[in-house]
Amino acid sequence: MPSLSRRDLLRAGGVLIVSFACGPLRPRHARAQGAPGKPLDPAQVDSFLAVHADGSVTVYSGKVDVGTGLRVAIAQLAGEELGVPAERIRVIDGDTALCPDQGSTGGSNGLTRGGAEVRQAAATARQALLSLAAARLGVPPAELAIADGIVRPARGGAGAAIGELVGDRRLALTVDPNAPLRAPSTYAVVGRSLPRPDVPAKSTGRHLYVHDFTLPDMLHARVIRPAAPGATLVSVDESSIGGISGVRIVRIEDFLAVVAKDEWAAVRAAGALRAVWRETRTLPGSEELDRWTRSAPIERDQAIVERGDAVAALAGAVRLVSASYFWPFQSHASLGPACAVADVRGGRATVWSSSQGTHAMRATLARVFGFAAADVRVVFMDGSGSYGTNGGDHAAADAVLLSKTLGQPVRVQWSRQDETGWDPKGPQQLLDVRAALDRSGNIAAWDTEMWVPNAAPGARPLLAADAAGLAQEQGTNAGAVTQNGDPPYRADNVRVLVHWVKETPLALSNLRAPGKIANTFAVESMADELAVLAGADAVQFRLARLDDPRAIEVIARAAGAFGWQSRPAPNRVAAAGGLRVGRGIAYVRYKQAENYVAMAMEVAVDPATGRMAVRRVSCAHDCGLVVNPDALRNQIEGCIVQTLSRALHEEVRFDRARVASVDWASYPVLRFPEAPEIDVVLIDRPGERMFGAGEAAAAPVAAALANAVFDATGVRLRTVPFTAERVRAALA
Amino acid sequence: MPMYAFRLNGAPVSIDSWDPAQPLLYVLRGALGAHGTKYGCGLGQCGACTVLVQGRAVRSCTLPIARAAGQAITTIEGLGTPDRPDRLQAAFIAEQAAQCGYCTSGMIMAAAAFLSETPAPTADEVRQALAGNLCRCGTHTRILRAVIRASRA
Ligand code: FES
Ligand code: FES
Repeated sequence: MPSLSRRDLLRAGGVLIVSFACGPLRPRHARAQGAPGKPLDPAQVDSFLAVHADGSVTVYSGKVDVGTGLRVAIAQLAGEELGVPAERIRVIDGDTALCPDQGSTGGSNGLTRGGAEVRQAAATARQALLSLAAARLGVPPAELAIADGIVRPARGGAGAAIGELVGDRRLALTVDPNAPLRAPSTYAVVGRSLPRPDVPAKSTGRHLYVHDFTLPDMLHARVIRPAAPGATLVSVDESSIGGISGVRIVRIEDFLAVVAKDEWAAVRAAGALRAVWRETRTLPGSEELDRWTRSAPIERDQAIVERGDAVAALAGAVRLVSASYFWPFQSHASLGPACAVADVRGGRATVWSSSQGTHAMRATLARVFGFAAADVRVVFMDGSGSYGTNGGDHAAADAVLLSKTLGQPVRVQWSRQDETGWDPKGPQQLLDVRAALDRSGNIAAWDTEMWVPNAAPGARPLLAADAAGLAQEQGTNAGAVTQNGDPPYRADNVRVLVHWVKETPLALSNLRAPGKIANTFAVESMADELAVLAGADAVQFRLARLDDPRAIEVIARAAGAFGWQSRPAPNRVAAAGGLRVGRGIAYVRYKQAENYVAMAMEVAVDPATGRMAVRRVSCAHDCGLVVNPDALRNQIEGCIVQTLSRALHEEVRFDRARVASVDWASYPVLRFPEAPEIDVVLIDRPGERMFGAGEAAAAPVAAALANAVFDATGVRLRTVPFTAERVRAALA
Repeated sequence: MPMYAFRLNGAPVSIDSWDPAQPLLYVLRGALGAHGTKYGCGLGQCGACTVLVQGRAVRSCTLPIARAAGQAITTIEGLGTPDRPDRLQAAFIAEQAAQCGYCTSGMIMAAAAFLSETPAPTADEVRQALAGNLCRCGTHTRILRAVIRASRA
């Protein structure tokens, strides 16, 4: 350690720049400015959009773009109604001081709710623009049309630019729920694959993520968390970081952090600081989690589907199949660990965060840390993809607690181990499914019993507040995890019984397509078993038991794209090279109410090693109106690859005390060599309502894979992940 | 404090660091303000922090500043700009090969080093070359297409 006073180090920030000749970078705190008095009430048009004098438009969206392309899609929806090219529309998302509260972004509701509200505001504004132009041009509104930002008489003649008509003034209009929307047949902007505006900056290193945001006088913090959830802090040895200058330790009860002006000093100190924790051994361990789940205390039982009498029908059935399926805890495992910056001064807090629910976070932070809600502003900034609620909300709470304590802006960057180990998890799921065919092959009875963690009302507790001993709500909620537990096929007697398990070993949140991947895995594996029992081809079996033409079309299109040959499973044809090759299909009507998705895939299994390769995937997808086909394809491809990763590799491991899955070695995910060929067939239905598409294609992935493995090997995989050891054991 | 001199994207820089073990990543993102290089794990496991050192792909999260001294370092900012992207960046834009984009810088830098040695790769060679770069969003098929497109540009 060079002899350097702490003051020198603080002044120099630990690093002294002698010469530096790169082009100037964008100021990294450009988004802190406010807009006093801007309306936020979702009933007002001005809350959602502003028309500027130069004819450009700003749209304010409460829903946020977490790498999904939501911004371009929202710009397209607004542009279509306003008659403005999407390129002239800037979308600001998730800033609680600028954007109306449209609820958290999740459950694929970004476009269906968020986009629809913006669209209605834009349609209302369109009527106002027509009236303003009518007065100016002396032509009745009904004879005017807007295109390219100019209102013109439909029969030709002089027009008026919308920027001149409005010119940054507020429209002061209530959103009219009956304002007519443009007819889909006239769409010029919606339905086109406009490029996403963020991709050039992301591809050149210029995009500003929350991780890159800085403030003057900002301190870098690392929070030190125990290896075991629930551990209490016994003692801290301050001398253990004596060799690192410019570092302060912050301890509040069991909350422990180090802060420094220099980020590397904080990282070094976090690694060197010796702290003694008292751990408890209260976890069930991941090894026997399926058994633990089956015998865990139940909060209540709830039959969420009951048609006919499934239990009685099954009791008398002869052609019956029953099986259990298990899905483990999984991590969001965002590539970039969570990060947040907070500036708490003078009783006010500003927080920069990549949260999917900035308005909800604002309310929670205000309540927990003792601010008036009006004194808290959460500014959304892009983060690493979050796929639900990852560690980001907790990092924001860490930053607020530290900034409030120190009276200075604080940036909290979680480590890899923090993010994988401490992000709230997608829950384990256990399903027992029994189903029976009658003599003529109809599904006579179907019974799904599922064990899922109980949902308790209230905000999810923040790690920092719990550690610091602050009072807060103790909600638990992993999203709508019980949907898609019933078969989408004709069946005479159906029951879905939910056992709500009282306790959850690990803290939970919503993880992409909550619950529905595991439920579809069970339901579509069972449908496949019934097809085998009936001696039928898997596609034919499904088609014969569906009435909805959109369901039938999506399966037929997936099968067609795949080149599906009709035959029963398993595949009797041996493949070359000792590999066993098979194909599988799965279908879902997402949430039994939204998207139609069918997916066929081909897998090659090596029985000697248990390793498998997904060679190609064909997915047909019907989400009603398609706003941006390429952005939609990107989401669907992502759903498929990410869920293959979850099905093949991912399980959070823990013993009685500690979580052992804390980095990419102990929580492996899919890598490039495993990425399959993907063929996506979009079925566009401009006249139908749009469904969100950030999750639906994830739902059938594990089922299609398991069905393909059965076709290849004659063996059913019913426990995720399908690791090589597990597959080898199953084939032995 | 010891001083470390190297070239960053063609320009000479000198950096004082109290710790010769400080990874280049923190110097780039901190004092040098080059935030395009990303922190993903700090463990050499994910590739988000990949930069070029003398043209070779290196993980800046595990490269001590003392070992960067005297070298020519290229980061994502050194390849091109949004208005003038280089061929790989242009291919990523053309293929819309990003979702969150957090992995993108590392992917492009790893691909740049790879293409300089393998100018006309097959898809499988690209898959192998990028095996150490993780993408959690599942943008693999597009990244693959982008690298192939760049190789033909
Ligand atoms: S951050 Fe360097 S390899 Fe992950
Ligand atoms: S695009 Fe999000 S991690 Fe690759």
